[in-house]
Amino acid sequence: MSKRIEVRDLDVYYGKFHAVNQVNLTVQPRTVTAFIGPSGCGKSTVLRTLNRMHEVIPGAYCTGQVLLDGTDLYAPGVDPVAVRRIVGMVFQRPNPFPSMSIYDNVASGLKLNGERNKQVLDEAVETALKGANLWKEVKDRLDKAGMGLSGGQQQRLCIARAIAVKPEVLLMDEPCSALDPISTLAVEDLIHELKESYTVVIVTHNMQQAARVSDETAFFNLKAQGEPGHLVEIGPTEQIFHNPTQQATEDYITGRFG
Amino acid sequence: MSNQPEIQSTSRVGDVLFGGAAKIASGGIVLIVLIIGIFLLSNAWQPLLDNSANFFTSTEFRASTKPPRFGVAALLWTTLLTSAVALAIAVPVAIGLALLLTQYVTGRVASAIAFVIDLLAAVPSVIFGLWGIKIFGPAIQPSAHLIENLLGWIPLFGDGQVASPGTVFTASLVLAIMILPIITALTRDVFAQTPRETIEGALALGATRWEVTRLAVLPYGRSGAIAAAMLGLGRALGETIAVMLILSKVARFDVSVFSGGETFASIIARNAPEFDTPYKAGVYISAGLVLFVLTFAVNALARVVAERGKAKS
Repeated sequence: MSKRIEVRDLDVYYGKFHAVNQVNLTVQPRTVTAFIGPSGCGKSTVLRTLNRMHEVIPGAYCTGQVLLDGTDLYAPGVDPVAVRRIVGMVFQRPNPFPSMSIYDNVASGLKLNGERNKQVLDEAVETALKGANLWKEVKDRLDKAGMGLSGGQQQRLCIARAIAVKPEVLLMDEPCSALDPISTLAVEDLIHELKESYTVVIVTHNMQQAARVSDETAFFNLKAQGEPGHLVEIGPTEQIFHNPTQQATEDYITGRFG
Repeated sequence: MSNQPEIQSTSRVGDVLFGGAAKIASGGIVLIVLIIGIFLLSNAWQPLLDNSANFFTSTEFRASTKPPRFGVAALLWTTLLTSAVALAIAVPVAIGLALLLTQYVTGRVASAIAFVIDLLAAVPSVIFGLWGIKIFGPAIQPSAHLIENLLGWIPLFGDGQVASPGTVFTASLVLAIMILPIITALTRDVFAQTPRETIEGALALGATRWEVTRLAVLPYGRSGAIAAAMLGLGRALGETIAVMLILSKVARFDVSVFSGGETFASIIARNAPEFDTPYKAGVYISAGLVLFVLTFAVNALARVVAERGKAKS
């Protein structure tokens, strides 16, 4: 249920704008990898290329390869819809489906895959909500609107929705930036548990968070506004935060970033 | 006292003027609606008292007999039937167009299609009426006959004894075209406001375009689409000249869509020459009163639906 991701010679463009230049990195299965870096450095963009979500923006395209256990996601004939069914994603702002109950939100991915068996759905919803540490809070009101939950609960609902389909990889794009500290803690605890089953890649602006939750950290930077972002270095989180090989990384980590 | 800063409120001239103007304007609108209601009721009052037929159940409408014999049953039926059929046809098409314009095509193509639809709204209704009875009506006669032959055993589709294309069926289709632009434009605006996050949430689950529409766009825009349909209904109920030009008069009321008849609006317009005495005019004003209440109710309902949808999301 978890796969290795290899990114090779990845360049991403938004129309004529060259957003990301030559990224090469590997993400091991059952680990948490954090992408950090200043705004505009392309970390979210790279994350979105891992499930082809960047293509949603008109004019966006990329060159290079993204291999999921050796299979190129950009090979001709690959269906982006199929890619997104095995590479799940959680967004910055909680986005449960409006006018859908908690149950239906979690079951929505399975229903897209054609699952209609009530018993299978019931079990999958319970497993996913337990996996997202939300079961205890919502088990008595599964038929209530997902929008009625608090922000932190909504985000865990979205995580449950993403893991209900048992993806190979879970991408998280600043999943805690709209949450209060207590909800953030709940989601971070959850990320620790998720890596037992999934390959997790998380983009975060919060360096303490990267240090707390990740095994590996990738630091992205850009030379100047308007220049493409690039990967400065990737390595074990411990090393990146305490003994980085690049001066730029050290400047960023220590806050001497100008 | 003198060493304390002045915290007493002072009236600012701009605020006072603007506030006053806003109050007068909003009060004025309510007053106008009330005055119209009172006008309708006071003029219709005497004929309503003298009416020798049941106002609510009679299908007759005679202003010239003494005492007058008039009821709104046939008018109400024809008005509601034309509008309901028009709505049943226009709403699915409008929603389809709105989805097309927001989810499937973008840029220049979308604005070109939107422009053409908006142009439809600019065509005067008298043109729609002429076109409906002279060109469109005859053109759809064969399909009308086909439906009549297939479903004629249902009273709603029975033989309406109208040889010309001036049927409720033709009027409904023309009305559908006439209300299409407003419903399309309003639904398109609502669908276009579907939060990007919700759409991306569906996409990230591996939803196809249609599935994104079903999971994110339609639930988000549902109340807006209903409100748009209600506004379209309001227009259809009150449409006068096109319906008057299309509908044939019939000797005897029939529930069929292949019959002719009169709507509230068309009977008033057609009989305007009879308004020579306030009394006869009052008979028609009573029909206007019912239409007034009907459209008022429909619009109010549209507001309630739209507000309820807003509160939920």
